[in-house]
Amino acid sequence: MASISIRKLGVNYGPVKVLEDLDLEVETGEFIVLLGPSGCGKSTLLNCIAGLLDINAGQILIKDRNVTWLEPKDRGIGMVFQSYALYPQMTVRGNLSFGIRNAGLPKEEVDRRVARTAKLLHIEELLERKPAALSGGQRQRVAIGRALVRDVDVFLFDEPLSNLDAKLRAELRVEIKRLHDKLESNTMVYVTHDQIEALTLADRIAVMRSGLIQQLADPHTIYHRPKNLYVASFIGSPGMNFIKGRLGDGAVPSFMIAGAGTVDLKAYSAEEGGGLASHAGEEALLGLRPEHVILGGEPADGLAEVGKGVIDIIEPMGSDSLVWVNLGDEISVSSRQEGDTSLRKGQEVTVRGNIANASVFGDDESQRRL
Amino acid sequence: MAEGALAGFAPGPLGPRPKRPFAPKTIMLYGVLVVAALYYLMPLYVMVATSLKGMPEIRLGNIFAPPLEITFAPWVKAWDSACTGLYCEGLKVGFWNSVKILVPGVIISIAIASVSGYALSYWRFRGSEVFFTILLFGAFIPYQVLIYPIVILLRELGMFGSLPGITLVHTIFGMPILTLLFRNYFASIPVELFKAARVDGAAFWGIFLKIMVPMSLPIFVVATIIQVTGIWNDFLFGVIYAGTKNFPMTVQLNNIVNSTQGVKEYNVNMAATILTGLVPLVVYFVSGKLFVRGMAAGAVKG
Amino acid sequence: MESNIADKAVPAAPGGPPPDWLGRQWWGLRRNLVAKIATLPMVFTALVVFLGGTLWSIFYSFTKSKSLPVEKFVGFAQYERLFNTKRWIVSLENIAIFGICSLVFSLVIGFLLAALLDQKIRFENTFRTIFLYPFALSFIITGLVWQWILNPEFGIQQVVRSFGFEEFVFNPLRDPEIVIYGVLIAGLWQGSGLVMVLMLAGLRGIEEDIWKAARVDGIPAWKTYLIIVIPMMRPVFVTTLVLIAAGIVKVFDLVVAQTAGGPGIASEVPAKYVYDYLFARGNLGQGLAASTVMLLSVLVVLIPWMYLEFGSRRQQKHG
Repeated sequence: MASISIRKLGVNYGPVKVLEDLDLEVETGEFIVLLGPSGCGKSTLLNCIAGLLDINAGQILIKDRNVTWLEPKDRGIGMVFQSYALYPQMTVRGNLSFGIRNAGLPKEEVDRRVARTAKLLHIEELLERKPAALSGGQRQRVAIGRALVRDVDVFLFDEPLSNLDAKLRAELRVEIKRLHDKLESNTMVYVTHDQIEALTLADRIAVMRSGLIQQLADPHTIYHRPKNLYVASFIGSPGMNFIKGRLGDGAVPSFMIAGAGTVDLKAYSAEEGGGLASHAGEEALLGLRPEHVILGGEPADGLAEVGKGVIDIIEPMGSDSLVWVNLGDEISVSSRQEGDTSLRKGQEVTVRGNIANASVFGDDESQRRL
Repeated sequence: MAEGALAGFAPGPLGPRPKRPFAPKTIMLYGVLVVAALYYLMPLYVMVATSLKGMPEIRLGNIFAPPLEITFAPWVKAWDSACTGLYCEGLKVGFWNSVKILVPGVIISIAIASVSGYALSYWRFRGSEVFFTILLFGAFIPYQVLIYPIVILLRELGMFGSLPGITLVHTIFGMPILTLLFRNYFASIPVELFKAARVDGAAFWGIFLKIMVPMSLPIFVVATIIQVTGIWNDFLFGVIYAGTKNFPMTVQLNNIVNSTQGVKEYNVNMAATILTGLVPLVVYFVSGKLFVRGMAAGAVKG
Repeated sequence: MESNIADKAVPAAPGGPPPDWLGRQWWGLRRNLVAKIATLPMVFTALVVFLGGTLWSIFYSFTKSKSLPVEKFVGFAQYERLFNTKRWIVSLENIAIFGICSLVFSLVIGFLLAALLDQKIRFENTFRTIFLYPFALSFIITGLVWQWILNPEFGIQQVVRSFGFEEFVFNPLRDPEIVIYGVLIAGLWQGSGLVMVLMLAGLRGIEEDIWKAARVDGIPAWKTYLIIVIPMMRPVFVTTLVLIAAGIVKVFDLVVAQTAGGPGIASEVPAKYVYDYLFARGNLGQGLAASTVMLLSVLVVLIPWMYLEFGSRRQQKHG
């Protein structure tokens, strides 16, 4: 059963189209992350699901109920905001209970739900405090509690962790994931611009750009089989290497690096229904993530030589090191190596690519993965 | 009501929430706003309408009736020959007096306050904040407490009842709010700029004139708006310190309207009132948002 | 805007140490000398005019000075006489009525107009311009135009009568009982626009997310204003309140222009009392005693405000 179903959604601010013809089906129990840079429409989409924003076209169904024209409170959703949006002059208890008291729930039921929520989020001791006396993490926990107390099973998160420092963010991320596991058949839609949050939390990620969903898939697919150059470059840190060149037109698929050697693409796993052969001779980009760039060692199955180069710079990053190799005058690729790598600056190395995990993107307007 | 008969849509609502352009709530909202706006505009309308009528028409009609025969004679009389007590030279005397008070008053008060605000944000010295706190408290001291000591001060300086005297008074009373305004504005300029200028060898006046002032034009405009409206609208200081010869426009206006003997010429009075209000009104309509900013800041001055 | 000023300036004021990077010894006394000389006008204004002037006025309020200041002390005699003077008592009553009504009505009107303007309406700028323009006009103009509108022979009373309501009476400026309300109408017309602007800035300062959260919680708009937004705007309300209060004590020109204190002494106010005793009646001691009472009443408002400002800041630091 689809928990949230968005059909041909359109939103515009005057003549500017923010969302157009957007379709999205979210399954019950699913954790879906809307990922993209600011201004890509992800928050707009979330606000539309919540009913906080008027739409211009299309339809929104939540749990198979047509909620397109319903007020937020009637949609059966709970929402968590980036700025927490706690009512500053009310205690935590007041914040949690304000909505359900206002909806006319009997006092015993209100107390029961507040107690249950507080227990679930470990905020029982904070109930009589005011938001000003809470830390950022505690505030966000209360904000999550305010969504939980509504006894709904669709939760909307609008960049809930962006205002927290890195350490707290990691902690709460785990906690949200645990919460998702604990609550039965709850659906979560989570907006963020942080790819780590997206990769760690999501069952499926929708990567968005200028109002369009670029790719909707599980994190593994998004990472390893990005549908286009945009998704490939947005996901992954440090970022993917892109090498400009042209697809060979021989029988064996190959990639000719502009101004350098040729890479054998026998092991490449192409997109369904496409394949490299049909694009032979066209301009393209070869994408290799740093961990798929191998320096030195022996040739092996699935590894294809990209070229020989000189190590330009080594960036130690604790557990890993990022090694930059100059392949030619203009071509520089990064490779992820161990933290205590024995490679040294100036050393000459053979660069090989793990082609099974590589991506080739067409150099046309769509920049699709081939 | 769109039914979801279209392919791919569920039955029921589809597309934008229907908006009723004339929903009772909308009508109420705009209704209240329009009535309120009419109320606020009414005195302006009455002033203008009255000033364009002849006296016979005023005696017959009501104040809200538009003028039947438009006449500019009241305006001419208000400007040129209305009587303020003994003299019958009209408001023009007051107008030029106000200009003579306004120009030096605005320039000197802003010059002094901007330098003070600059010193307070970048060149603090022991006690500078204490002086500033006293200055701020000064903004809340009722004028009535200070007017007599200032009379004595000006007498000692030989400036009582003169243009320099009233200029000094406006400088003094403009200082708290203006200094506060400049101090806060300069404090918002990145301190690195100041440090860089120091490293480059600039000193107090160099940094002020070459870096701070060029970066602070908006706040100078806001300060000018505050002072122009404030000094132009002043009555109390003008009547006490300017001296009979230098009475500003507001004082003359009040004399024309409230101390005429014999028959009251309401049309002349209203023409004089509008003439006096023109300068701040023009400043208001021209400066727009900056005026709002200035007034919100200047409200401290009261 | 307003809260901005209050936020920034007031707390920093009580003599915090200069920032480290200025390192007094390092820059040396010579350079600071220029700054000291440049701030002399400010120091002069603060110490000589504001502090010195206030002390001077308080000092001579205990003397029997007539048209010239003399150092013949009479203790509290001027104050006793002051509070035995009917005109002063009437002035106090008037300023109390005027003050309380101005506070209440301008806050209510200002907030309501701001809340209406905050509904994403068309022509917002036009409406705001209309509500604020009276504030650009002086109290003299305000007083004169309302004197004319409230004129019994030609103004509102006559207009309503001409519609056939022959018995209609609305003549505040000639009725000692209600004359102060006539002044109030004019004062509200002039000043409520400013309150609206301050309130609108306060409303715009409320995070969008708060409104969204309240909508998801299903709180009706009026309840959101009442229970959530207004309490959140407390600093704006307090600042506005202090501004209005400080303005009320100074009310002078408006009364001079609109009623000249009349009929009789029915619309006298303290500021005018002081002015008349200082300049028209040549009774310095009496005028200065009255001005000292005015100063005290300002301090009664100001000191709790300062306290609140610091109090709320301490809370916000956690926020």
